[in-house]
Amino acid sequence: MLTLLDSASSSPWYFFGYFLDHRATDLGWLWDHTWLSVVPVVVGLLLALPLGWLARRYSWAYPPMMSITGLLYTIPSIALFVLIPPLLGLDPLTPLQVPIALSIYSTSLLVRVVADGLGAVPTETVQAATALGYRPLARFFRVELPIAVPVITAGLRVAVVANVSIVAVAGTIGLDNLGRLFDQGYTLSVTEPYYPPIVLGIVMCVLLALVLDAIVLLVDRALTPWRRAVRSR
Amino acid sequence: MIRFDGATKRYPDGTVAVDELSLEAPSGQITVLVGPSGCGKTTSLRMINRMIEPTSGTIWLDDTDTASLPAHELRRQIGYVIQNAGLFPHRTIVDNVATVPLLLGEDKTKARARAMELIERVGLDPAFAKRYPAQLSGGQQQRVGVARALAADPPVMLMDEPFSAVDPVVREQLQEEFLRLQNDLGKTIVFVTHDIDEAIKLGDQVAVLRVGGKLAQLAAPADLLARPVDAFVAGFVGRDRGYRALGFTGAGTIDTHQEPSVAVGAAYPGHGAGIDGWILAVDADGKPQGWLPTGEEQRGDVVTDAMLYRGGTLAAQGGSLRAVLDACLSSPSGRGVVVDDSGRLVGSVTAREVLDLIEKRG
Ligand SMILES: Nc1ncnc2c1ncn2[C@@H]1O[C@H](COP(=O)(O)OP(=O)(O)O)[C@@H](O)[C@H]1O
Ligand SMILES: [Mg+2]
Repeated sequence: MLTLLDSASSSPWYFFGYFLDHRATDLGWLWDHTWLSVVPVVVGLLLALPLGWLARRYSWAYPPMMSITGLLYTIPSIALFVLIPPLLGLDPLTPLQVPIALSIYSTSLLVRVVADGLGAVPTETVQAATALGYRPLARFFRVELPIAVPVITAGLRVAVVANVSIVAVAGTIGLDNLGRLFDQGYTLSVTEPYYPPIVLGIVMCVLLALVLDAIVLLVDRALTPWRRAVRSR
Repeated sequence: MIRFDGATKRYPDGTVAVDELSLEAPSGQITVLVGPSGCGKTTSLRMINRMIEPTSGTIWLDDTDTASLPAHELRRQIGYVIQNAGLFPHRTIVDNVATVPLLLGEDKTKARARAMELIERVGLDPAFAKRYPAQLSGGQQQRVGVARALAADPPVMLMDEPFSAVDPVVREQLQEEFLRLQNDLGKTIVFVTHDIDEAIKLGDQVAVLRVGGKLAQLAAPADLLARPVDAFVAGFVGRDRGYRALGFTGAGTIDTHQEPSVAVGAAYPGHGAGIDGWILAVDADGKPQGWLPTGEEQRGDVVTDAMLYRGGTLAAQGGSLRAVLDACLSSPSGRGVVVDDSGRLVGSVTAREVLDLIEKRG
């Protein structure tokens, strides 16, 4: 009897039951996972806007900036998670190391995106804006940036989905987020495989990524009515 | 008035794009800068609104040294139209046009109302106001570009090859409407083109630049055609300049002959009707529609549109000798048709008579 129940609850399909059993914890981790994925993208975008603008404005700055950001992106996340606290003098188990590391990744990804997005704004349009009497800052926010939105939101979608997956890595070193489910699955599988928390982790990460991606897409659509007008011609 | 006073532009790489240019663009007139590609037209134009700063020399806007104003303030009083219009793709047409009034701090309702006025003024359907630039044709976008430049009613307009990127038919329309608009508005305009025909058609005065950014000749179009100062200008002005110069000679009171006509829809005229085997077909209002051959066998009971030869151009009464001569040369009957202001038949002349008139006037 006992073995039968055990085998039912260790089936991969039991993940939903597992979720119900540990609802409060899992929802807490979902929330952690969500803000850890989103906040770094926002920070990254805020940093990437001026950096991307610089890379465009001073063409000599573009190649080195792209090399540096490319290099930063190749540092394994686990190394950053471990190195950031001692480097910045933080408590080793502070949850801050994750958003800091992810902000570095998001910035690296988005600098190129912003620079390329601004580069795709037609020269004539920028010149027309200048000729009509826009000052540089107003021109950036009212003309160049709005036109670069489609390229930038495409980059944001990549960044946010990548973050959902990188955050999970931090779960395996004991920081709270959905990654903890993989840690649990691993711990519970000592004698025989126990899949439900692992499957639950995958399902929740995928759903979270889909929802965040959809939100960015909606923001994109709200900001660019002009692109749909073109298509419906 | 815009006055270049020894303006020079040397780019950082050493290229001298404009060399000691001194030139005055009088108020209320169209001054055209024309010359081969790379001769410094765009650079000259952009020095006026300081999108390019002169290396030396001064450019005056009436009594103001343009260098003494903050660039953005200077630019807001100068309309600017470029090739391909350079519209803001993310803004509707009405908001594109309202740009400068909004920058000048006008309230949104007023700026939009003014924009709507201009949209109609440049010959666009007001229904376009809510569309985005990509939903308009090249010619329509160019009109929006002109409306946008006019929105704050600037005394000065700069236009850089505004009609070069559209097809010839649309270009001609845009040119005609531009002249009509300028007739009403009387702006001080500096217009850049590489097309000598356009320069001659639009300019009150034409400045021919040579490569290296030197002024070769500044003259009224008719003078430019009649008296090019040197071989470069003569070559640039072109081979059929004698014929084109006729465009500046009014036909005056050229005598026309009465021209027999037949209405479209009327009975087919008898064999040999008209003169020399051709009779002019007109519509119910007396407007010429085309020529009907009468030397051949009868092709139907009534005259239909499909039977007409439509090759001939029409010359307006009081128009130029060039238009009259062209009407003669393009007419299958050899007789050029002259019409009045409302397009009704006045009479006809022959090429021989036009040439006699030219010779007589010497
Ligand atoms: N930013 C620049 N740097 C260096 N040379 C330039 C620059 N812009 C234009 N030039 C050169 O200056 C000359 C005049 O250019 P431009 O004014 O654009 O001519 P146009 O409008 O008559 O074709 C050309 O030889 C062009 O190559
Ligand atoms: Mg040019």
